[in-house]
Amino acid sequence: MLSPAGLKQRSDFIQSLRLFFRKRDYIEVDTPIRLPVFLPEAEIFPYASENWWLQTSPELSMKRLLARGVSRIFQVCHCFRREESGRLHASEFTLLEWYHVGWDYQDLMRECEELVRTLASVCRELPGIVNGDTLLYHGRKIFFSVPWQRMSVEEAFAAFTGTTPVQALKDECFDELLVTEIEPHLGWERPLFLYDYPVQLASLARKKSAAPHLAERFELYCCGIELANGFSELVDPEQQRKRFLHELAGMQRQGRKGEMPELFLRDLAQVSDAAGIALGVDRLLMLFLQADRLADVLPFAEE
Amino acid sequence: MYSASDLRKGLKVQIDGEPYIIIDFEFSKPGKGQALYRTKMRNMITGNQFTQTYRSNDKFEKPDLEERTMQFLYSQGDEFHFMDTSSYDQIFITRAQLGDNINFLVDNMEVQVLYFGEKPIDISLPIFVNLAVTRADPWVKGDTSGTDTKPVTVETGYQLQVPPFVEEGDKIQIDTRTGDYMTRVKE
Repeated sequence: MLSPAGLKQRSDFIQSLRLFFRKRDYIEVDTPIRLPVFLPEAEIFPYASENWWLQTSPELSMKRLLARGVSRIFQVCHCFRREESGRLHASEFTLLEWYHVGWDYQDLMRECEELVRTLASVCRELPGIVNGDTLLYHGRKIFFSVPWQRMSVEEAFAAFTGTTPVQALKDECFDELLVTEIEPHLGWERPLFLYDYPVQLASLARKKSAAPHLAERFELYCCGIELANGFSELVDPEQQRKRFLHELAGMQRQGRKGEMPELFLRDLAQVSDAAGIALGVDRLLMLFLQADRLADVLPFAEE
Repeated sequence: MYSASDLRKGLKVQIDGEPYIIIDFEFSKPGKGQALYRTKMRNMITGNQFTQTYRSNDKFEKPDLEERTMQFLYSQGDEFHFMDTSSYDQIFITRAQLGDNINFLVDNMEVQVLYFGEKPIDISLPIFVNLAVTRADPWVKGDTSGTDTKPVTVETGYQLQVPPFVEEGDKIQIDTRTGDYMTRVKE
């Protein structure tokens, strides 16, 4: 829970995020948080609101806006995920999501670097920031100077586990190895981009044309903490429908019912190549404030 | 039944027929991946600890644990005998099971006995107990040891450090969580 001074720091931090995007000609949008159809993802559980749903992310709505012809949009919004509560999770949290038409995931990684560097420079008086370009966290110095580290998922499994991503998926231990063996090592010198995920783990991302078993997806890590998830958007409605069917089948095995987001698929046909990313605002603020728990940087901890 | 999302520090669950208490817990979940419940547990009978990662669909039985109010009657060798104050049933618990608790047990003391099914596995003492000092060396004026405490022995045989003014025959209050002297009790 935040003190009055902490509330001011949080507010300044979020204003700085907004300013970064406004200066780069992004339009801020505010899409509905309550939706008739939720994004089918087998491992994410939405809250019902009457017979509608609270958004788990603004992804569907924001991509539908791209179909209308806007080319750069961003949003800072609350998202809701059932059964996610812990040191780094809250079932209601703040997401920064942005889309850029004409870009791919490599372009977004570079913009991520610029965003965090700018925030560190503008919010240089926050307790975790030294010289406006270095993070001090758990006694370690993390340098924001570019370029940040980049490591493929394949390389990470080779470096930190005795297996490969493909084998780990077969053995149903991919997530567990990622969380226990890989993530804790990532992003302690500079922030790190983990990229090129197995295509099964990227329901809304475009396949890599040179390696169709991989998707152009990345995650940003700093101090072992996952901060953002971005990708080159899949804009082929037929492929997307197949991926959703796969997710819906997974949900059915869990005894859950989902629906095909038909309006989204209809509009997706009008979306040109684009890249999009979601960043956990509370988590980044947590690092800048040297906090240990997400709850420490929220106006209200879950009571 | 508990499901994985009920797991938290302090929760007691039953695994393979034995009661466990969760002593450490962390929820983790990679972005689009599965929720993982990383858990450290202690076996409430053997004291053994282990760590394990659980998933959303894992289920746990509730252990059949019950606290009963009992009175300590007497000890005979390694057996410590207690009586249920409502049913008058008598049982005994071994010295090994009681551990350090025996330092503070005196006849007729009321304690809470934790049962797993029909098996007593642990006791919890009152936080403060009053025990009589059975042996205290007189305070030697001019003691050069530089400390302002002296050792005494109480009626259970337990030894502890107390202020110099405590004398043989006094009753003193002890915190059973730390084993430390609290105050002298006037009766």
